[in-house]
Amino acid sequence: MAFYRPASWQKPLSLLLLCAALALPSALAAFGQEFYIGFATRVLIFALAASSLNLVLGFGGMVSLGHAAFLGAGAYAAAICQQAGINEALLAFPAAMGIAGLFALVVGAISLRTRGVYFIMITLAFAQMAYYLFISARSWGGDDGLPLNGRMTLAGFSLADDAALFYAAAGLLALAMLFFGRLAEARFGRTLQAIRENETRMEALGYPVFRYRLVAFALGGAVAGLAGALLANLTGLASPNLLQWTQSGTLLVMVIIGGVGYLYGGVVGAAVLLLLEESLVGVTEHWHIILGLLLLAVVLFAPKGVAALFGKRRG
Amino acid sequence: MADALLDVRRLSRRFAAVDALKAVDFSVQAGEIHALIGPNGAGKTTFIHHVSGALLPDSGSVHFAGRDVTRLSMHQRVRAGMARSYQITNVFLGLSALDNVVLAVQGRADAGSSFRFWRPVRDETALFDDARSYLDQVGLSSKTGVVAGQLSHGEQRALELAMALATRPQLLLLDEPMAGTGPEESARMVELIEHLARHVTILLVEHDMAAVFRLADRISVLVNGQLICSGTPDEVKNDAGVRRAYLGDHL
Amino acid sequence: MFQLILEQALNGLQFGLMLFLLAAGLTLVFGIMDCINLAHGSLYMVGAYFVAAATQAADSFWIGLAVGVAGAAILGLLLELALFRRLYQRDHLSQVLATFALILIANETVRAIWGPAALMLNPPEALAGPVEIGDFFYPAYRLLIIAFGIAIAGLLYLLVAKSRVGMWVRAGAANREMTEALGINVRGLFTAVFVFGAALCALAGGLLGPLLAVQVGMGESVLILAFVVIIIGGIGSIRGALVGSLIVGTVDTLGRALLPTLLRATLPADAASTLGPALASILIYLLMAGILFFKPQGLFPARA
Repeated sequence: MAFYRPASWQKPLSLLLLCAALALPSALAAFGQEFYIGFATRVLIFALAASSLNLVLGFGGMVSLGHAAFLGAGAYAAAICQQAGINEALLAFPAAMGIAGLFALVVGAISLRTRGVYFIMITLAFAQMAYYLFISARSWGGDDGLPLNGRMTLAGFSLADDAALFYAAAGLLALAMLFFGRLAEARFGRTLQAIRENETRMEALGYPVFRYRLVAFALGGAVAGLAGALLANLTGLASPNLLQWTQSGTLLVMVIIGGVGYLYGGVVGAAVLLLLEESLVGVTEHWHIILGLLLLAVVLFAPKGVAALFGKRRG
Repeated sequence: MADALLDVRRLSRRFAAVDALKAVDFSVQAGEIHALIGPNGAGKTTFIHHVSGALLPDSGSVHFAGRDVTRLSMHQRVRAGMARSYQITNVFLGLSALDNVVLAVQGRADAGSSFRFWRPVRDETALFDDARSYLDQVGLSSKTGVVAGQLSHGEQRALELAMALATRPQLLLLDEPMAGTGPEESARMVELIEHLARHVTILLVEHDMAAVFRLADRISVLVNGQLICSGTPDEVKNDAGVRRAYLGDHL
Repeated sequence: MFQLILEQALNGLQFGLMLFLLAAGLTLVFGIMDCINLAHGSLYMVGAYFVAAATQAADSFWIGLAVGVAGAAILGLLLELALFRRLYQRDHLSQVLATFALILIANETVRAIWGPAALMLNPPEALAGPVEIGDFFYPAYRLLIIAFGIAIAGLLYLLVAKSRVGMWVRAGAANREMTEALGINVRGLFTAVFVFGAALCALAGGLLGPLLAVQVGMGESVLILAFVVIIIGGIGSIRGALVGSLIVGTVDTLGRALLPTLLRATLPADAASTLGPALASILIYLLMAGILFFKPQGLFPARA
C-alpha cells in the first residue's frame, strides 16, 4: 500500500462538498423533503465513525473488528452526561471522546500484543464484552438502552432542530477530516504508515512501534466516541445495539468499500452503504441478501474498494 | 575486555530441541571491524538477532557501551546506539530514497518526538538536510528523489546502510551486506564499509571471504552455535579447528 | 447447594463439549489455511435449521440429525469450492469482508425460507425425561449430549493425533509451505478439513437445537464464544480447542448460575443485583484478557 499523498483536486473538491453540505438543509426544505435531513445527518455521523476506523485500519494496518464498542461507549457517555445534568455538547462530546478513547486505550493495550487473526478476534471479543456489559447494566436501561431527554445544546444553541444537528455533524466531520489529513502527512501519520508497511524495519530504526499503534488505536476510538455522542443526539437513544458486533462489521465494510487507507475512504464508504441500504429497503425486505452478494462481488472483483476503482479510471 | 563496546557473555538459546547458541562469549572493541563467519546454519543470523534484540536469550547477557541491554527491546537498543542492516533488503519501496532516510532521522531521540500530528513532514527542512548527508556518505546523492523500488539492488543495499547510519549508531551490525550483489557492487560496498569504519564500529556477518579478510580487524568463527575461534585474520586462517570446520569449503 | 453445583457443572461440561465441536473446525481452518471465517457460526445455524427441517419431515430426530449434518457438509463443500478456495491467499481483511457478507446472506435466506420465528426441535421421546441417579435428577437428553461430545472429542483426538491424515493436518497447521513442499495435496486437505468442520457445526447445532431455540442469529453469539475458545487455546491446536472449550463452557455456565448468589452473600443486595449479571456475562472475556496478558499466543500455541 502506498503512503498517503493528497491529490491536487482533493482540497477544492472537499471545499466544494462542504459548501454543498451547508446548502443541503435549505435545499431539502425548499423541495419539502425535510425528512432526508435526518438521513443525511446519519450519513455524516457514520462517515465520521468509518473515518475513525480508517485511521486504525487504513493508516495503522490494524484490522479491528470491535470498533463499534467505542461508538457505543461514546453514545452512552453522552446519555449519562445528560442524566448527570450536563446538557452542553461542548462538555459532553469531549467527555464522550475521553471515555471512548480511554476504553480504546485499555482494549488496545491488551489486543496490540497480538497479531493477525488473533487481533481480529480479540477486538471482536472485547466489543462483545462491552455489549453484554451494557445489556446487563440495569441502571443504564439494560436491553432498552438509555434514552436522552431531547437533544443537547452546542455552545448554547439548541440542536433540537434537525438542520442544526446536521450542521453540527457536518462541522465536526469537516474538522475531523482536516485533522486526519494533516495527521497523515505529519510525523505521526508517516510513522504509522511506515509501521503498517514494515513493522520490523521501524523497530530497527528505533521506533517504539507498540506505542504508535496504541495511540492511533485510542485516537480512532475517541473519534468513534464523538460519532456515538452525535448518534445518540440524532436518535435520542444510547442503545446497546450500537455495540453489536454486526455494527463493527458494518463499519469495516464501509471502510473497505470506500477504500482502505484513502483519506476519504470512510466517508465514501458510509455514503455508498447507507444510500444502498436506503434504496434497497424499498425494493425487498430481504435486501441483506443483495447487499451480501454485492459485498462478495467487491471482494472478488474490486479488492481495493470503490475509491480505488475511481482512482484507476483517473489513471 | 572491560572497555569492549559490545560484550556478550555465555549467550545461550535453544529452539525446540536444538541448541542454536551454546554459551557464546564474544566481544567487539570500539573502533574495529569485527567479522563473524561460519558455515551455513551455524547460528550467525540467530546471534545477530540476539545482539540486536529481535530475540531474547535463554541465558547469558549482552552488554553494550558498559550497559546491560540483555532485556532491552530492539528499539531501545537502537536508541542506545546500535543499528543493524538486514540480510534481505528491507527499505520502504514506495518511498523515495530521501524519504526513507528521513524516517530514520526522524526516529532518532535528538530529532524530537514523532508524536506530532499537525505539521507536515515535508516542511521540516532540518530532517531533510540531515538525511541528505547520509545519502552523500553512501554515494547516493544523485538518487535522492528516486523511489526506492526503482533503485538497483546494490543501491538499495547502500540505502539500507544510509538508514542505519542515520540513527547515528556507535555500533553497526551488518548482516551479509554483500548478499546478492555482483562483483562490481561488492567492490563498491567493501570501499563503503572501509570508509564508514573510520567513524563507527562494525560487526560484520558475511559469506564473501575475500571481503571479510580485506576488511576485518578481527574475525570470530561460529560453528554449530559455538564460538570456536576468535582472533586476527592470520590467526583464524591458521587455526586448526577453523580449517576442520571449513575443510573443502571456503578457505 | 451441592446438587445445584453438580447440575451446573454437568451443564457446563455439556456446553463446553458442544463449543468444542465448533471450535475444532474453526481452529483448523484458522491454523492451516490462515483464514478467518466469520461465517462458521452461520454453518452452525444453517445446520440446526437443516436438522430441524429434516426431523419434521422424517418425524425422527436421528434421521433428521443425519440428514441435516450431511446437508451442511454438502453446503460446506460447495462453499469451499466456490468461495473459500479463492480467499485463502487473500489478506485477512478480504476474508472478513467476504465471510461477513456470507453471514448477511445466510441470515436473510434462512429468514426468507423459515420465517422470523424460532423453530422448535424436540428431543427423541425416549430421552425426554430426567435420569435419576440416587436423589439427583438430570435430563437424559443432556447426558446423551455429554456422551456424544466425549465420543466425538475422543474420535477427533485419535484422528488428529494418531492418524496419517491428522499428521498432515498438524503439519499443515505448523508449517504450511513445508507441508506443501513435501508433496501433500494441501488443496484436497483444505477442502476435507473445511467440510469436516461444517459437519461438526451442524452436529453441534442439531444436538443443541432441542435445548436452545433454532433461530436466526443463533450463529453469531456462539461464533464469538468459539473465538474466545480458540484465543485461549491457541490457534490451530485441537488440544487447545478442547481445553479452551471446557474452560469457557464451565466458567460461563457456573458463573451465570453461581456468581449472583455468591455476590449476594458478600455484597449489599442492591450492588449484588446490579453487578451479578453484568459480571457473569463478561466473566469469560475477563478470563480471556487475563490469559492473553500472560500468554499472547494462547495456552497451546501450534506454531513455535
